[in-house]
Amino acid sequence: MSDSTVRIALVLPDLLGTYGDFGNAVVLDKRLAWRGISSEIISVNFGEAVPDSCDIYVVGGGEDTAQTLAVRHLRDNPGLQRAAARGAVVLGVCAGIQIFGEKFTRADDVTHPGLGLIDSVSYAGGSRAIGEVLAKPANGLFEGFLTGFENHQGRTELGPAAQPLAHVTVGTGNDGKVEGAVQGKILCTYLHGPVLPRNPQIADLLIEWATGVKLSPLDLPAVTRLRAERSKAAGQRADA
Amino acid sequence: MSSKLSQKMGLGAGGMIGGRVALKLDPQALRRLTTGRRVALVTGTNGKTTSTMMLSRAVTALGEVATNHSGANMPDGHVTALSKQPDAPYAVLEVDEGYFPAVAAAAQPDVVVLLNLSRDQLDRVGEVRTIERSLRDTIARLRGCTVIANCDDIMVTSAAKDAHRVVWVATGTGWHHDSASCPRCGEPIRWQGEHWQCSTCDLARPKPDWVTTDGFLIAPNASKVALSLRLPGKFNQANAVMATAAAAALGVQIEEAVRRLRGVSNVAGRYRMIQRSGHTARLLLSKNPAGWSETLTVVKESDHPAVLVINANEADGRDLSWLWDVPFERLRGRTVIASGERATDLAVRLTYAEVEHKIVPDPLLAIDALPEGAVEVIANYTAFRDLNARSASE
Ligand SMILES: [Zn+2]
Repeated sequence: MSDSTVRIALVLPDLLGTYGDFGNAVVLDKRLAWRGISSEIISVNFGEAVPDSCDIYVVGGGEDTAQTLAVRHLRDNPGLQRAAARGAVVLGVCAGIQIFGEKFTRADDVTHPGLGLIDSVSYAGGSRAIGEVLAKPANGLFEGFLTGFENHQGRTELGPAAQPLAHVTVGTGNDGKVEGAVQGKILCTYLHGPVLPRNPQIADLLIEWATGVKLSPLDLPAVTRLRAERSKAAGQRADA
Repeated sequence: MSSKLSQKMGLGAGGMIGGRVALKLDPQALRRLTTGRRVALVTGTNGKTTSTMMLSRAVTALGEVATNHSGANMPDGHVTALSKQPDAPYAVLEVDEGYFPAVAAAAQPDVVVLLNLSRDQLDRVGEVRTIERSLRDTIARLRGCTVIANCDDIMVTSAAKDAHRVVWVATGTGWHHDSASCPRCGEPIRWQGEHWQCSTCDLARPKPDWVTTDGFLIAPNASKVALSLRLPGKFNQANAVMATAAAAALGVQIEEAVRRLRGVSNVAGRYRMIQRSGHTARLLLSKNPAGWSETLTVVKESDHPAVLVINANEADGRDLSWLWDVPFERLRGRTVIASGERATDLAVRLTYAEVEHKIVPDPLLAIDALPEGAVEVIANYTAFRDLNARSASE
């Protein structure tokens, strides 16, 4: 970090904020603040330059048109890529995993180049994956389980340089088996929108990557209760 | 007979089954039932039911009006409403956005009211841009129709622009989070105060014919009329000015229209006051981020405790991601209870908004848990419907 304030870039919330992605930036911001670490959220809107000096970048999901515009904007304003190259932390949610890969192919069979930050290719799956997801950590990356909601048609194949984030217990994720991707300090997931509110251990992992500080746990009873409720609901999806 | 059956089955006022049977018997029912009447259709994401009620009240100045008051806004609901009043020379119909193309093609409306377009339940309904596109194509094909359109809403402006005749209303309300990029060409939209324009193509905020100011409307003839509504909030003022402009297009005199629509106080249970265990609770319905955002502005006028009720059934949308698009931070410092089947999801959102709260999943028990006096209850769709039914029966 260049100074003591952690700068969180919320990237193109006006294009890639279809599913409450703002929530991820808020969770990072508050979990820093509650531990006495100062932080700020910087919204980078469509048409504006992307700064390369932030510590954490949060990129959300969007519909196809918005996603195409976002990739174009991020290629024309490569601040995020410069930051990632020097080791900044990046969270890519839903469309993020497609945008960050080498390329993605839509249902119309048109292939678009990605940003090349993750060793992966994405393509359109046969059916839309919608519903509660439950997954177990891959490679001991985090504690407990991953919970979230997915709503995507894309499927993703990881290359050797990328690791999966988790193994799917309920739901689809990348391909029905693994979920998300981790490469360096870039973390992607198909769990859309507010994934960090449900998975505080992932939020803290990103913060630890950004600050190098080992964090003490935060006790938020509502979050504990929500995780229990949602993992139960995911179990019911599996039974159905 | 079928109407009675429907009432017995608890399907409301018997509207839906009657309509479905009529449609099955006669696919041309909607066309036949609107022929010879002057028809106004009201559509958009939020405010349809209220605006429809306001407009139908205003149009009674000209004669009897057939209308679907109950919010049954799909074709079978329209057929039922029209069948009930076969001799009414006017029809004012609330139309679900998804059904608008089919209904407009059959009804050939004289007036269309296009309120606003924003994200609704995304895992269930088409994306905003898809809806804008289908409204745009339909409206461009309507002959001799006047569209009353909210020019502070980019999606609405794009959808209405190619109409035969457009009356633009500055409502001061619009949800900009779905329109960073132009619906016509995809390039960024630029804002300067209330004015907006596309950075590339010619889509821009038109000069309004009607303007909504705080508590007043300014008509095209520059006359300023006090609204003095019984319904709260800026968005109801917007609904009232849209309804007045539509009534004027049908031939109602402006002051007369406002005088009639200002009496609307309770719209299908919304804004209803319920008395319970020493509490006076006001019921407010909010279905999506834009609606919640407006409702939080309304409750901000007092510091009454609030019960927020969230369900995620099929009709609500299963995905609650949108809770993070609602500025719950505005409730800081207030007594708040998180309620409903998904109270815990809301509680997490409130935790991160730094709004102190308790969790009481049953909304009636949540009201009881508060100190006696006034309470604001804000609920999403099925939560509101269930609460309305239970509070009426208990
Ligand atoms: Zn444009």
